[in-house]
Amino acid sequence: MIEAKRLPTTRTRASRIFQPGHILQLLGAHAILLAYTALALFPVFLVVINSVKGRRAIFASPYALPTPETWDLVGYDTVLLRADFERYFVNSTIVTLGALLLILLAGSMAAYALAEYKFPGNAVMGLYLALGIMIPIRLGTISILRLVVRLGLPDTLLALILVFAASGLPLAIFILTQFMKQVPRDLKDAARVDGASEYRIYLMILPLVRPALGTVAVFNMIPIWNDLWFPLILAPGESTKTVTLGAQTFLGQFVNDWNAVLASLTLAMVPMIILYIIFSRQLIRGLTSGAIK
Amino acid sequence: MKRLLALLVVTAMVLALVPASITRAQDGSDIEGSLVIESWRNDDKTIWEDVLIPAFQQHYPNIDVAFSSYLPQDYNAALNAKLEGGTAGDLITCRPFDLSLALFQQGYLASLNDLPGMENFSDVAKSAWVTDDGSDVFCVPMASVIHGFIYNQTAFEELGLEEPVTEEAFLELLQAIRDDGTYEPLAMGTVDQWEAATMGYQNIGPNYWKGEEGRLGLIDGSAKYNEGGFLEAFEALGRWQPFLPNGYQALTYPDSQNLFALGMAAIFPSGSWEISVFSPLVDFEMGAFPPPPPADAETCYISDHTDIAMGINAATENMEAARLFMEWMTTQEFAELYSNALPGFFSLSNHEITLDDPLAQEFLSWRGQCESTIRSSYQILSRGEPNNESQLWEVTARLLNGELSAQEAADIVQEGLENWYEPQQ
Amino acid sequence: MNLAAKRSNRKPFPVHILVFLAPAVIIYTAFMIYPLIDSLRLSLYAPNENREEVFVGLDNYQRLLTDDLWQPRLEGAIVNNIKFFAIHMLVQNPIGLLLAALLSSQFIRGRSVYRTLIFTPTVLSVVLVGFIWRLILSPLWGISSDVLAVFGLEQYDKPWLGLEETALTTLSLISVWQYVGIPMMLFLAALISIPDELIEAARVDGATAWGVFWRIKFRLILPTVGIVGVLTFVGNFNAFDLIYTIQKATAGPNYSTDILGTFFYRTFFGIQLQPGNPTMGATIAGVMFLIILTGVLLYMFGWQRRMLQIEL
Repeated sequence: MIEAKRLPTTRTRASRIFQPGHILQLLGAHAILLAYTALALFPVFLVVINSVKGRRAIFASPYALPTPETWDLVGYDTVLLRADFERYFVNSTIVTLGALLLILLAGSMAAYALAEYKFPGNAVMGLYLALGIMIPIRLGTISILRLVVRLGLPDTLLALILVFAASGLPLAIFILTQFMKQVPRDLKDAARVDGASEYRIYLMILPLVRPALGTVAVFNMIPIWNDLWFPLILAPGESTKTVTLGAQTFLGQFVNDWNAVLASLTLAMVPMIILYIIFSRQLIRGLTSGAIK
Repeated sequence: MKRLLALLVVTAMVLALVPASITRAQDGSDIEGSLVIESWRNDDKTIWEDVLIPAFQQHYPNIDVAFSSYLPQDYNAALNAKLEGGTAGDLITCRPFDLSLALFQQGYLASLNDLPGMENFSDVAKSAWVTDDGSDVFCVPMASVIHGFIYNQTAFEELGLEEPVTEEAFLELLQAIRDDGTYEPLAMGTVDQWEAATMGYQNIGPNYWKGEEGRLGLIDGSAKYNEGGFLEAFEALGRWQPFLPNGYQALTYPDSQNLFALGMAAIFPSGSWEISVFSPLVDFEMGAFPPPPPADAETCYISDHTDIAMGINAATENMEAARLFMEWMTTQEFAELYSNALPGFFSLSNHEITLDDPLAQEFLSWRGQCESTIRSSYQILSRGEPNNESQLWEVTARLLNGELSAQEAADIVQEGLENWYEPQQ
Repeated sequence: MNLAAKRSNRKPFPVHILVFLAPAVIIYTAFMIYPLIDSLRLSLYAPNENREEVFVGLDNYQRLLTDDLWQPRLEGAIVNNIKFFAIHMLVQNPIGLLLAALLSSQFIRGRSVYRTLIFTPTVLSVVLVGFIWRLILSPLWGISSDVLAVFGLEQYDKPWLGLEETALTTLSLISVWQYVGIPMMLFLAALISIPDELIEAARVDGATAWGVFWRIKFRLILPTVGIVGVLTFVGNFNAFDLIYTIQKATAGPNYSTDILGTFFYRTFFGIQLQPGNPTMGATIAGVMFLIILTGVLLYMFGWQRRMLQIEL
């Protein structure tokens, strides 16, 4: 049946491409995509080119590429002298990786338990853990701050890691449970017969759900890295500032110095964009892997 | 770690028992600690880091001091959160009057009654940082700021303009600049709101409500925002609308600063604190004139606002170092350094100091010509809901945006005050 | 092999289940569920004269809903939040769908390049995005009038962020600009997973591309439409960063950009000379909680159930 249908289709497709109407459609599609790409990149482009120009040139000719006459790195000098961006990057990396690790480890363990065992309260537990998917953790900010203070954790990266982990866990558990359920039962039972412990079986399953782990990591990474709210409230100290908060504070401090503002925007943005371009294939595969049903 | 801390505290206490002169002069270098200053003065970060802190460390090389600052409009929120969370810095920059008083009452600020050097400040200077009964002082006064207009002298010469002496002359001047078209007459926007209230209303207002007479009248209930001088001040502010720059509704405070510093606007309604911001940026001569009073006025009034002070976080783990820092802030050396590093912030101490900056001298000279007062909403009136200061921000911005008449703006503020403030009910 | 028997034999107490669940449950309960419940509890308290928090029942909620000072602010924030959400639904999600539809076509060359570039703003921090757009829309820099001039429309330039009529729409569109990548990706994932056979079958029946899209593809991705909708809803009613970065907590002009997130922040932390009020802040958080919960329940019991019926 299917074979029979395929033949005419290929022919239609081939003939369609050469129809004038179809070419117009293609051009139209490219025009829309190009226009939107330009819209997405224009602001970024504008910031980057102006960050290396003198103050007068920024205002006099904002669209011009920097020339030898207008070239001026004074903004970067200010940023490097007045803000500790290296430390902010280290902090953001520690927080993001720490939270991701916790989410993946604790999340996969809980998901394994939910997917694998029929125990009384399984459904209730699943529902309880899924509650957090739809309720933003920010609504509990006041109590989180008070809790963090009671635990003696204010102004520590650990506080941020724990809070981000808590907010990332519900979705992680939800996604991972779906995937763990799809792992063939025979595989696990065979291992049990061989006398493997439940923990060993969990470790055995883990590599099988790697795509799902990737998806979960991708979903959590960007919001954690970019969050302003919790760093601002829980860890605003100079030694624990994340990139986002550091950029925000710096921008506030040098707000009337456009050279410094544009330079710091570029410094905070470009590494993120480069990382994104490098990993975009993985990221997009993660996003489109159909994890969300 | 705890033991080390205890040791430090004990050492510090022992040192404190040694006669003060010896400790301060020779043994200061033994005292260790690290202090963090919380401040809204993000414009001053460079000066603290490059001038003031190094000067302090000449005396106490082992005390580290870091300056942490916020956007002025974020400061209170961030500070409250950090105090509540126990993560605030050791030294807290104090806003005047009610806000700092509330912090003291909540136990966040330490009392400074016994701080050596407090005698260098008059009662007037301390008035913004004492309890209502005067029994406790909780911040070391740093500076007052004087409102006025900074202008582009080069532009004035180019257009053949002179400093206005009356409000009428001021409006004619603005019209002349507008007619010429080279410059925007006034560099001011309304999107941040506080410019309209602070650099507009509180700047020119004292001329209409007769300074302290009007301000105290609001507090005792004999004056109202929607009649007499306070209403006239709204009307006078409303007359600025045609002279604001293109797109002023979306101009932020830093935008206005840039507009003036880049030589695109002729006059910046603001105050003396702006001098240190502009000095390194502008390539033209700057002048300043006090708010011009109405033609029939007998005298002029200026807002000479006790603006900034420093207190100690009561929960600091570096109390000794913090007190040493505060003590240093009461000295002649600090007053001299601060006033000259930040021209336009006028020290509130009794020390005789010389100001190098001519523009700062100009601002200071108005004290001799005009009567001084402080901003109308700061003392007592911002203790209730709705908040008097917040309401002034809202209505002055809307007045300049053309959404409210002066009378409507005044009525809203008066109604807000009557809502909770008994002497006004 | 009698597996079942074997399993039931060695089954005293499933300690391993507890071990597997414990880390997640502890972290999640301590840092999410407990704070949420505690915040709701806090909304039932208010400070007395001695600044101690005492139980006041639903007084805070009553105050928020009826007091002349609070009610207009709450109403304003909710109405603005609804507009904010509506603009995302009407602009962001259709654009996301359009882009996804174009990108899912095999005929378009360079699909992955477009996809990567269009998604770029989404990976940037809101702080950066806010600042960039504030600079671009600043009348001082004049970019917006220049861009309009390209189309001969410079006389329509406005101080977009400074006018009550335009500020909220402008902010919403900035948010759309940043986040359009997310619905685009979700729609794209759904569109790609539609079996070719279904589409080819329709083509053979003579349907146009337009017809195929609406009659077949759109129907098949309806569950994703629902997910995108509810994600947008939760995200929008929880939004804060962008407006805080661009308009500060004052959410001006004249509260025209005040949404629940900024209202909550301003109340909790205070602003300028106005001190913060944690218990009223918790009350606003309580209202947000109710709104979001209602939306999610409507989705789960309204939309999702209908979807289920269609699938069956």
